[in-house]
Amino acid sequence: MKITNLTSGIESFLDDRPKLKKYLPQALTIFFIIFVLGYFTFNAQVNMGNRGIVFGFGFLQQEASFDIQFSLIDYDGSYSYGRAYLVGLLNTILVAVIGIFFATIIGIVIGISRLSPNYLISKFAEIYVEIFRNIPLLLQIFFWYFAALRALPLPKEAISFFDISYLTVKGWFIPKFIWTNFSILFYSIIISIAAIIFTFIFAKKKQEETGKRIPVFLISLVLIITLPLLGVSLGNVTLDFEYPTLIQQTTTIFNFTGGVGIIPELIALALALSIYTATFIAECVRAGIMGVGKGQKEAAASIGLTAGQTLRLVVMPQALRIIIPPTTNQYLNLTKNSSLAAAIAYPDLVLVFAGTAMMQTGRAIEIVSITMLTYLSLSILISMFMNWYNKKIAIKEK
Amino acid sequence: MIEKLIFLKPNKEKLNLYMFLGALFFALGIYDITSNSFFDKNVTSFLPTALSFFTPLFFGFLGFHLIRIEYSGNKILDSLNKNINLNWFNGILTLLVIFILIKMIPGLLNWIFFEANFSGTSKEECTGSGACWVFINVWFERLMYGLYPNEQIWRINIAFIALIFTVGAAFFVSPKNKKYIIIFLLFVFPFILISLLSGGNFGLEKIPTNEWGGLALTFIISIFAILFCFPIGMFLALGRRSSAPVIRYSSIGFIEFWRGVPLITVLFMASVMFPMFLPDGTFLDKLIRVIIAITLFEAAYMAEVIRGGLQALPRGQYDAGKSLGMSYWKLHILVILPQALKLIIPGIANTFLALVKDTPLILVVGLLELVGMIDMAKTNPDWLGFAAEGYVFAGLVFWIICYAMSRYSQNLERKYKTDR
Repeated sequence: MKITNLTSGIESFLDDRPKLKKYLPQALTIFFIIFVLGYFTFNAQVNMGNRGIVFGFGFLQQEASFDIQFSLIDYDGSYSYGRAYLVGLLNTILVAVIGIFFATIIGIVIGISRLSPNYLISKFAEIYVEIFRNIPLLLQIFFWYFAALRALPLPKEAISFFDISYLTVKGWFIPKFIWTNFSILFYSIIISIAAIIFTFIFAKKKQEETGKRIPVFLISLVLIITLPLLGVSLGNVTLDFEYPTLIQQTTTIFNFTGGVGIIPELIALALALSIYTATFIAECVRAGIMGVGKGQKEAAASIGLTAGQTLRLVVMPQALRIIIPPTTNQYLNLTKNSSLAAAIAYPDLVLVFAGTAMMQTGRAIEIVSITMLTYLSLSILISMFMNWYNKKIAIKEK
Repeated sequence: MIEKLIFLKPNKEKLNLYMFLGALFFALGIYDITSNSFFDKNVTSFLPTALSFFTPLFFGFLGFHLIRIEYSGNKILDSLNKNINLNWFNGILTLLVIFILIKMIPGLLNWIFFEANFSGTSKEECTGSGACWVFINVWFERLMYGLYPNEQIWRINIAFIALIFTVGAAFFVSPKNKKYIIIFLLFVFPFILISLLSGGNFGLEKIPTNEWGGLALTFIISIFAILFCFPIGMFLALGRRSSAPVIRYSSIGFIEFWRGVPLITVLFMASVMFPMFLPDGTFLDKLIRVIIAITLFEAAYMAEVIRGGLQALPRGQYDAGKSLGMSYWKLHILVILPQALKLIIPGIANTFLALVKDTPLILVVGLLELVGMIDMAKTNPDWLGFAAEGYVFAGLVFWIICYAMSRYSQNLERKYKTDR
C-alpha cells in the first residue's frame, strides 16, 4: 500500500508540473550516461596508470615485427602497425566482396528455384535453405576448413584443371595474368561502359519523347565487345600467363610456385559465408517476387507486353524495391560475419589487429575501439548508400 | 516432311505407346546412372567417355519428352507433367535433381551408416572406411557437459530435467496456473539453475565457470541472454520512439552502435577491454561478462524488431488509448505492446535463433561450448582426424534446436493470428 501511495504521490506531483515531467527523465538519462562514462574513464585511467601504459595512438607508427600469411599489398615484419591494420582491413574487404558476389548469385538462383512450378526443384531449394540457415556459421566455416578442405590431396597428387590450375590441401593455385599495356585495355573498357550508359540515357529519352524503342541491349553488346578488341589490336596489348609449377622443396615436400595461390582459409571462409548468407538472400528474393501482385502481371500482359518485357519492366522494378533493403542488411551481416575469420586464422582485421597486434602491444582499449570503429564506419557507409538508393527507387507518391 | 516427323510430337491417340516408350527410356536412364553409382559399373562404356557421361541425361530427356502429353486424361500422368515435367527445361532440371540424388545418396549412406563404426572405446576400433562415430561416443559426456567434473554431472542433469518438466507442465495446467509457472520460469528458475550449477552453497562443491562447457553452456548462455535481451530491447524500442530528444538520440546511438559491430569484437571487448573499465581489484566472471555482451548485442537487434511492430500499429490505437485517459505506461502495456508483439513473432523468433547460432563464437574468448569442445576433442593426440564426424554431429544438434524453434514460432504465429 505504501509503495502505491508513494508512486501515485509522485505521479500527481509531476502532473502538476508538466515542464518538470518533460525534462526530468531526460536529465536523469544524461546524468546516468555521463556517470557511467565518467566512471569507466576514471577506472581505465587508474588501471592504465598502474600498468604504466599511456593512452595514445603513437604505437601505430612502431615496427610491427610480425608476418602476415596473406596480403594484398606489400607487407613484412619491418612495416608499422598502421600498415598491418591496412593489410587486415583489405583482407576483410576482399573476403566480403567475394562472399557478397557468390551469395548474391546462389541466393537469386535458390530464391527463384523456390518459386519454380517444378515440385522437385522447389523442394530441393527449400531443403537447401532449411539446412544451411539453421546451422551456426562458425560451425560451417570449421566444417569446410577442417573437414572438407583438409581432405584435398597433397601438392604432389593435386587435382588438376586442364593442367593450368591446381587444387591442393595447401590452397588453390591459378595462373597469374601478366599484361603488357594493360592501361590501354582498361581505358577502352571504361570508354565502352561510358558509351553504354550514354546509350541507355539516350534511348530512354527517345522512348519518352517518341515512343520508339532502341535495341539498347544489342548496341551495348556490340560496344562492349568491339571497343576493347579495337583497343587490344591497336594498342599492342598482350596477355601472358604464369602457370603454377610443382617444385620439390625437400625430398618429401612438394609445393607449387608461380601463379596466384589462394589460401585454403580464404576458400573456406568465402564458401561458408556465401552458402550461409545465400539462404537469407534467397528468402528475400522469394518474398520480393511473391510481393508483386498478380494483377500487375495480368495488366502488363493485357497491354501487350511480352513475357520478357513484363519481367523486365513491370515485375522486377517492383520486386527490387522489396528485395533490396533486406538484402543490404544481409550484405552488412556478411561483412560483419567475415570477422569469424579469426577462428580459422585467415588474416583479417580482427585476427591481425585485435589478435596479434593486441597481444604484442597490450593496448586493449585503443585497438578494440579502432577495430569496432572500423566496422561501425563500414556499416554506416553501406547503410547510408543503401538509404540513398532506396529513396531513389522508392515509389514517388503524389 | 512434317507428317513424317509427327512421331516426335507425342499425342493422345497413341497414349499407351508413348507412355510405354517414355517409361522405358526413363528407366534406361535411371538404370544407367544407378548401376554407375551403386555398383560402379558403366553400362555404356562402349561409347566415348564424353558421350557415355551424358547418356542417362539423354535417355531421361527422351523419356520425359515422350510422356509430355497435355490433357491426356490420365490423372497421374497429368499431375506428373504439371509438377515436374512442364516443358523441356523443367524436365532437364528434374532429371538433374534425380541424378544428383542417386549419385550422392549411396556415398552418404555408406559414410553415415554402412561403412561406419558405432561402438568401441578407441580410435583403433574404427576399421570401416566410413564415419567413426566412436569418436562422438567416447567424447559424448565432454561434448554435453564440458569439463564439468564427472561425479557432479547429476547437477546439470537435474537442472535441465527440472526445466523440461516445468516447461512441459506449463503446457498442460489450466491457464490460471500457467501464469504462475511462467513467472517461476522467468524470475525464479534462472537463479536456481545458476546456484545449482556453480555450487558453493547448500553443501554443494563450488565449480568455477571455466570448467563449464559443452551443450549445457550453450543452453545456459542462450537462456540468460534471451531472458534479458527481450526487456532491454523493449525499453530501447520505446526509447527510440520517445518524443524526448535526449532519450531518443541516446537509444538510437546505443542501438546503431551494437548493430554496427560484429559480435566477435564485442566479445573481445568484454574479455580484454572491459576489465580495464572496472575498479582495480574487482573481478567479474568471464562468463558473466560474455553473457552481458551477448545480451546487449542481441537487445539492439531485438529493439529494431520491436520497433517494426510498434510502427506497424495504426495511429488510431494510440489515439484511442490516450482518449481513454491512459498514461504512457498503461497505454503501452495494455494496448500497444500486446498487439505489436503478436505481429512480430517471426522477427522475435529470428533474433532468438540468431542468438543461439551466435553462441559458438564464445570460443574466441576461451569458453568452450559444443563447437569449442569438438575443437578440443579433435586436437587430442589420440583422436586426430575426426573433425568431420564432430562437426556433422554438432551441426545436427544445432539444426535440431534451431529447426524446432522456428517450427514452434510458426505455430505461435498461427495461434495468435487475428484478422484485422
